[in-house]
Amino acid sequence: MPFNTPANLTAHDDAAAEQKRAQEFTLKAGLAQNLKGGVIMDVINAEQARIAEEAGAVAVMALERVPADIRKDGGVARMSDPKMIKEIQAAVTIPVMAKVRIGHPVEAQILQHIGIDYIDESEVLTPADDVHHIDKHAFKVPYVCGCRNLGEALRRINEGAAMIRTKGEAGTGNVVEAVRHARQLFQDIRRAQTMTPDELYNFAKEIGAPYDLLKQTAKLGRLPVVTFSAGGVATPADAALMMQLGMDGVFVGSGIFKSGDPMKRAKAIVQAVTHFNDPKVLAEVSEDLGEAMVGINIDTLPESQKFAKRGW
Amino acid sequence: MTTPAPTSTTANNSTRPLRVGVLGLQGAYTEHLYMLQRLGQTVPVEACIVKTAAELDPAQIDALIIPGGESTAMALVAERSGCLDALREFVHKQPTWGTCAGMILLSTTATQTKQGGQNLLGALDITVQRNAFGKQTESFIAPLTIDGIAPADQPFEGIFIRAPIVEVAGPHVQVIGKVDGDHGLQHGERIVAVRQGHLLGTSFHPELTKDLRVHAYFVQMAREALGL
Repeated sequence: MPFNTPANLTAHDDAAAEQKRAQEFTLKAGLAQNLKGGVIMDVINAEQARIAEEAGAVAVMALERVPADIRKDGGVARMSDPKMIKEIQAAVTIPVMAKVRIGHPVEAQILQHIGIDYIDESEVLTPADDVHHIDKHAFKVPYVCGCRNLGEALRRINEGAAMIRTKGEAGTGNVVEAVRHARQLFQDIRRAQTMTPDELYNFAKEIGAPYDLLKQTAKLGRLPVVTFSAGGVATPADAALMMQLGMDGVFVGSGIFKSGDPMKRAKAIVQAVTHFNDPKVLAEVSEDLGEAMVGINIDTLPESQKFAKRGW
Repeated sequence: MTTPAPTSTTANNSTRPLRVGVLGLQGAYTEHLYMLQRLGQTVPVEACIVKTAAELDPAQIDALIIPGGESTAMALVAERSGCLDALREFVHKQPTWGTCAGMILLSTTATQTKQGGQNLLGALDITVQRNAFGKQTESFIAPLTIDGIAPADQPFEGIFIRAPIVEVAGPHVQVIGKVDGDHGLQHGERIVAVRQGHLLGTSFHPELTKDLRVHAYFVQMAREALGL
């Protein structure tokens, strides 16, 4: 919602540009609407991408190392090799997403050029800019960004993100942070809904959110874009939990291909997201899945290794 | 509906609301639900989400909308949820509208599918090419003229997102809408809206607009097909 400048106060006229931007945003946000109720899976090669597609993933996230390995290996994590991303694009017909570093528009330009369907400006990679995020309106390709709370979500949407995911703590196989961020986001929204207009102006300032977007969110009772969960989902029950908390869908990173039987687990998580309110289905698909990802207790994770705090 | 039922037990039951189920396995299904709820303020129609074989029962719902989403995922989930046969049976008899992925599922033949192909419901006699325009950066919006829905002076806002096209329409299929011009990999006229008796298919997403005309058309079409 742009500010309503009085007519002809200046010679400036950007009605056409505004309309074009609105149309582009409809297409960006619309793809995310089509992904709702689905599972997006991290994959590191064409073979894994095929497994994900056969399991019923609605999209794959192409990356060189899953978050659990990024965590283990240490060092700087960057955009994946475009050659590897192209191999994944060639292997599947579902949308292919890929990650860029926070504040690295050049990595994003490269991904847009090779025809990636969605870009994740992700805290899982090492940030390239410790102040700024990418101006996502400047791209034709849509973006998904992470958040821990409402202020962070609305800053990303203001920058042009057409889809939001809660961050959780990627590569831990521990759902506690995903739950924390989902609860925080929804609590913030419920608080905003109870506020008078004068309180809302102050709340916008407190959480560092653009007022217009905050007002819109309070009116809708949800974020104004599709909102997925990410970071720590390892079982069908975890995925259904995030859906019951109010998420539109689920990203699963290390949880699938770091488990004993990826195909079986991936299928089970897909079923769990569709039938998240049906304990009978959840019980059936949770049976005999083999070993889950081992997982890490967040308490034992040094502050320097927490990905979720990256993003400003 | 708010309209009271006629007191007479005979004849006029034309105000019985049409009961439309929206297939809720995956995709933009709540969008269709909200559109039908808005339409319900002026037209006798009720809507609900259906996810199981038991809910795909003509005694409970008159008509079905299969939403946009990922057709591969939707077909796999339908199969594993044990509702593929119920879906097939339903769409062969009852009025059904598929948007984007939903049209792919309704079709008899689909190209550019995943390795090994995908399950289709085989009701709408068309050959559909998936992702015909290219990747997401080729997604576009174009004004459409649609027979019986949108005249040339009041075009429909066609939202095409990784959209399919109808490559071949069977002899009993009525082509009601085409898109023209250069869009990604496609150049010239391409079929994007079809009707075959009780079935409707659109490549684009009316549920992502605020324009109720296609939904109203489907409701009317379903009423006629069912003799309501």
